[in-house]
Amino acid sequence: MELKQQEAMDTNIEVPVKPDKGNSPFRIALKRFLKNKLAVMGVFVLLAIILAVTFAPLLTEHSPTKSNLLLIERPPSEEHPLGNDSSGRDNLSRLLYGGRISLIVGFSAMIFTLIIGVTLGSIAGYYGGKIDAIIMRAADMMLVLPFLVLCLTIVAILERVNVGIFVAIIAITSWPNLTRIIRGTYLSLREQEFVLGAKAIGASDFRIIFKHFIPNAIGPIVVNATLMMATYIIIESGLSFIGFGIPQPTPTWGNMISEAQSLRILRNSPEAWIPPGLAILTTVLCINFIGDGLRDAFDPKSNRR
Amino acid sequence: MSVIETETRIHTDQDYILQAKNIKKYFPIKGGILKHTIGHVKAVDDVSLSVLRGETLGIVGESGSGKSTLGRVLLRLMDPTDGQIVFEDQDITKMRYRKLRPIRRDMQIVFQDPFASLNPKMSVSELIEEPLIVQTNLTKLERKEKTISLLEKVGLRSEDRYKYPHEFSGGQRQRISIARALTLNPKFVICDEPVSALDVSIQAQVLNLMADLQDEFNLTYLFIAHDLSVVKHISDRVAVMYLGRIAEIAPKKNLYETPLHPYTQALLSAVPSTDILHKKEKIILKGDLPSPSNPPSGCTFRTRCPMVHEKCSEVRPELTEVGNGHLVACHLYTGK
Repeated sequence: MELKQQEAMDTNIEVPVKPDKGNSPFRIALKRFLKNKLAVMGVFVLLAIILAVTFAPLLTEHSPTKSNLLLIERPPSEEHPLGNDSSGRDNLSRLLYGGRISLIVGFSAMIFTLIIGVTLGSIAGYYGGKIDAIIMRAADMMLVLPFLVLCLTIVAILERVNVGIFVAIIAITSWPNLTRIIRGTYLSLREQEFVLGAKAIGASDFRIIFKHFIPNAIGPIVVNATLMMATYIIIESGLSFIGFGIPQPTPTWGNMISEAQSLRILRNSPEAWIPPGLAILTTVLCINFIGDGLRDAFDPKSNRR
Repeated sequence: MSVIETETRIHTDQDYILQAKNIKKYFPIKGGILKHTIGHVKAVDDVSLSVLRGETLGIVGESGSGKSTLGRVLLRLMDPTDGQIVFEDQDITKMRYRKLRPIRRDMQIVFQDPFASLNPKMSVSELIEEPLIVQTNLTKLERKEKTISLLEKVGLRSEDRYKYPHEFSGGQRQRISIARALTLNPKFVICDEPVSALDVSIQAQVLNLMADLQDEFNLTYLFIAHDLSVVKHISDRVAVMYLGRIAEIAPKKNLYETPLHPYTQALLSAVPSTDILHKKEKIILKGDLPSPSNPPSGCTFRTRCPMVHEKCSEVRPELTEVGNGHLVACHLYTGK
């Protein structure tokens, strides 16, 4: 490189200087994130889980939904390493396919909450005034409603819930928290001089929000999105456990554990409910580690070490 | 006011790039249980001034005198409570944000704090190109060329465009701010204390750079500062603000040699002098700046003025011409 530059100087040819992007705020955050061992471990374990559930058909030949009356509550065997459930379905296959549903529910609910939360939070925080008051009062009203009761009511009214509706329910009931966080971040950003500078060159509201506000609020947005996903997986499991989530026969980790509501299974076949429980625990822990890692990476001041 | 005499020339409307008449900016104070307005902070209270094409008008005042607010109102970054702003023969007082956009090409601002005025998530090239993206249809390559030439003009290297604001010192950041303000070849630039956040050694560099750029780009500056020596260095005319009002406005020479307003006299006496033979007598002002939410009646300076008399608390002195483009708002000179 040095030689090349020397050459260029001698012959007066301009060598395009290699863009040194090692110091962009994003790169700095990434470096800091990679130093956090727990968070990096979380990424790897979560990746392994995602790979396992994505390639479930390669790992098991059994259908997660097909009942076999001859195999009801069979203990583990070579053919069915985790045994069979009370309807004679293969537990391992349900664990893998169930993971798909749990992760998809968590992820897509997170994306939908992000869309609603970022949009409303941006509008409220950027424009302020009356529109801000309307959005925030709506958020207060949503926060006042007890989440569980609301979920149960909606599920009871709709009778049968599929994954899409379930995701919609979570997103519609959970946007206020994110909206508040984003609005709060914007309120402090709004006072920054660079925003005034953008107005001084005549930048549109849209441009100011997307180029100046969102990049500067990306830390809280990403951190909260991650932690939200973990919460949603727990919510899905909890509701499925009490029978108000994704209904049978679709497997999810939550409704697999609901098998353990039977005292006989709880006592005699731990292989039926310990694996999905561990799966939830591991996934949520990993996501939380990643979230904490991201928080420290984006906001070095919060780093307690 | 449209025709005033400065030294020997008579100026007409065409000579002015910006004319502001009776600008007021009041910030409401909310209070009580119902959060209703219980008062106003009169940040800018009835200020009229005109900026000549190509000149540098300095504005000095203590912190809280409303000089930064005035700058922001003049660029319509804030809406004035009352008054009229005419920029290049166009009344921009009530103009909509969208309609104002093409006019913003011609008026720019350099902010005080180079650490707050640059978006930390944008690289230097993004920062300097942004005005071009917003205001012009230049291609990527043309924008890049423009960025490089601007960076070199303000004394930075072209490779610096890949860097981010946090990798620069205060002086370098202020150079980036200046480059960004000049991207669109504006005619009028408000410099809102551009050097007060910098080290003294860097201040001179940046001031000289700004003076050079003024010649090169034919710029008109409105230079806001709280430091009389900085303003003296760069200005053609100087306005002194006190509590949201202009106390005195005059060509630089007049103001520094024959200050008329007692406040200006006090400010000038506080400037450290290197002349040991003619030691100046320091005028020490008593008390603090009164609250702009409840300014004194009559002349706002009367609470601290060494030459106060009865009329001062009753009648508010108007800015009046005393000759040679020298205007002062003080009863000592208007009562003649």
